[in-house]
Amino acid sequence: MDFTLSKEHEMARALFKEFAEKEVKPLAQEVDETEEFPRVTVDKMAKYGFLGIPVPKEYGGQGCDPLTYVMCVEELSKVCGTTGVIVSAHTSLCCDPILTFGTEEQKQKYLVPLAKGEKLGAFGLTEPGAGTDAQGQQTKAVLDGDEYVINGSKIFITNGKEADVYVIFAVTGTIEKRGRLMKEISAFIVEKGMPGFSFGTKEKKMGIRGSSTYELIFTDCRVPRENLLGKLGQGFKIAMHTLDGGRIGIASQALGIAEGALESTIAYVKERKQFGKAIGQFQNTQFQLADMATKVEAAKLLVYKAAMAKATQKEYGFEAAQAKLCAAEVAMEVTTKAVQLHGGYGYTREYDVERMMRDAKITEIYEGTSEVQRMVISAALLK
Amino acid sequence: MKIVVCIKQVPDTKGGVQFNPDGTLNRAAMLTIMNPDDKAGLEAALRLKDQYGAEVTVVTMGLPKAEDVLREAMAMGADKAILVTDRVLGGADTWATSQTLAGAIRNLEYDLIITGRQAIDGDTAQVGPQLSEHLNIPVISYAQNIKIDGDSVIVERQFDDRYHVLKAKMPCLITALAELNEPRYMTPGGIFDACKAEVTVWGRANLVDVEDSNLGLKGSPTQIAKASDKVRKGQGEKVNLDPAESVDYIVGKLKEKHVI
Repeated sequence: MDFTLSKEHEMARALFKEFAEKEVKPLAQEVDETEEFPRVTVDKMAKYGFLGIPVPKEYGGQGCDPLTYVMCVEELSKVCGTTGVIVSAHTSLCCDPILTFGTEEQKQKYLVPLAKGEKLGAFGLTEPGAGTDAQGQQTKAVLDGDEYVINGSKIFITNGKEADVYVIFAVTGTIEKRGRLMKEISAFIVEKGMPGFSFGTKEKKMGIRGSSTYELIFTDCRVPRENLLGKLGQGFKIAMHTLDGGRIGIASQALGIAEGALESTIAYVKERKQFGKAIGQFQNTQFQLADMATKVEAAKLLVYKAAMAKATQKEYGFEAAQAKLCAAEVAMEVTTKAVQLHGGYGYTREYDVERMMRDAKITEIYEGTSEVQRMVISAALLK
Repeated sequence: MKIVVCIKQVPDTKGGVQFNPDGTLNRAAMLTIMNPDDKAGLEAALRLKDQYGAEVTVVTMGLPKAEDVLREAMAMGADKAILVTDRVLGGADTWATSQTLAGAIRNLEYDLIITGRQAIDGDTAQVGPQLSEHLNIPVISYAQNIKIDGDSVIVERQFDDRYHVLKAKMPCLITALAELNEPRYMTPGGIFDACKAEVTVWGRANLVDVEDSNLGLKGSPTQIAKASDKVRKGQGEKVNLDPAESVDYIVGKLKEKHVI
């Protein structure tokens, strides 16, 4: 087993790192403070193809593999968790389901501009009563002539108001499964500006504060029949498949946040002096750093393994769940330790680790909580 | 239009400098980057390509490892890449380097050759102008702006406190300043394509109209007597004062040292 990166991946990492350092890092603190969506950065990322990395070239993408995409989200998240999740939600949650389940017409109409970065994507599954329990959907879609009429709302939608194209899930009927009546869920591609589609409140969040998190409201929203994504009733399958990929994206974000906190801490403990010497010379600091670095490396191997599984396997939900569970918990632990090693300064907004700790928390929650990842992993073990 | 851009892989000075016992740079032991002036030259060529349509060929002389910088150039948008590498070319000064590049470029068709003004590892600014002499074409150095006008180029040449506007018929050579532009990034897809693309490798046998006596260390009139890393400055003195006090303090120090 060879763990060395290929020339392509080494060059891609160097590119993402340079871009993150020059274009993203200088804005990270301001984006967090102001809660402003970093449109300037998104436009630059679009120009250089960062919004279509794993999408084939015939659909306007860069034609790279999932590992390249993972490294992009990782490097961006090292300096700014907000920017990392913007790319992740756009790519994994909007481009990917259209690429996997869309018709050729849908791919030409929606995927091409998304992959080129001319449009930004989002994904709407979560509702006030349907988080981990995706079957709790209340949003309904009813066919009326050649249009579906959607009514309901979605909450906590990343890229919410800034996106142009949304993959939305709604109940289209009921089906009987093993003697039980279940909701039939279908997926739809909805465009910003379609009649009856509006935005509710913007969430005020603990972290990733620059990502535009909104409620989406559908009031008799009319969507052309041809915007049904996949087959009628295939929505739950599409959602679960999409989340498997999304988990790899969020695992990459978590990994990046952890690496960023570790790097900041290594630099800090060399500078900060107490009792006449740099705190990095104390064994407690050294042991903390050793644990942090080892856990980050373990998370990295799982995240990269999941990326390779997505490239080579039909099913990769197990690997994705392990990667996300591990990376998210490592991100929380490492950022918490980073703040601790920074002492009082780490608790102030003057230092990046304070933001990183707040950004890390969400990675244990969205795209399936850590508890859900444990359910996925254990279900596969006990199958 | 056909544009040849000469680029050089240079040590990344952020990673520290290391020397061989003979005083030459130990390039193999150092991190490397594309020379900043050359990168600006490449960006200028790629902008001309975007604006007017052009085929951009990048050429470098160096160790086999210099292929990296050619692939970076292709990932930015260059169409073809040529690596000139041969043991007999090692240890070249500016004279031998420009002779080598001229020998390689004589194989190519070109309207425009762009080089960087100078490389950050040698800082001579000689290779570009020497190359134009060997190829017997006009040179405009220190370009801060380049436009195409029919069969000519119009170039703003930086000059102390002003700039000159010069026009030259193509084929000609331009040396570019890092300030000329902000080079574009590679694209992820460009990287994957560049890593699959062919890099043409030429050796001594491919050089046209060049004498052996003008190549490599033996053909280099310049010999390095001694080289050293820059002397590290001391920690200096740190003071914490408000702006008004700071001015008085600095002026006092300058007077003390008889600077003012």
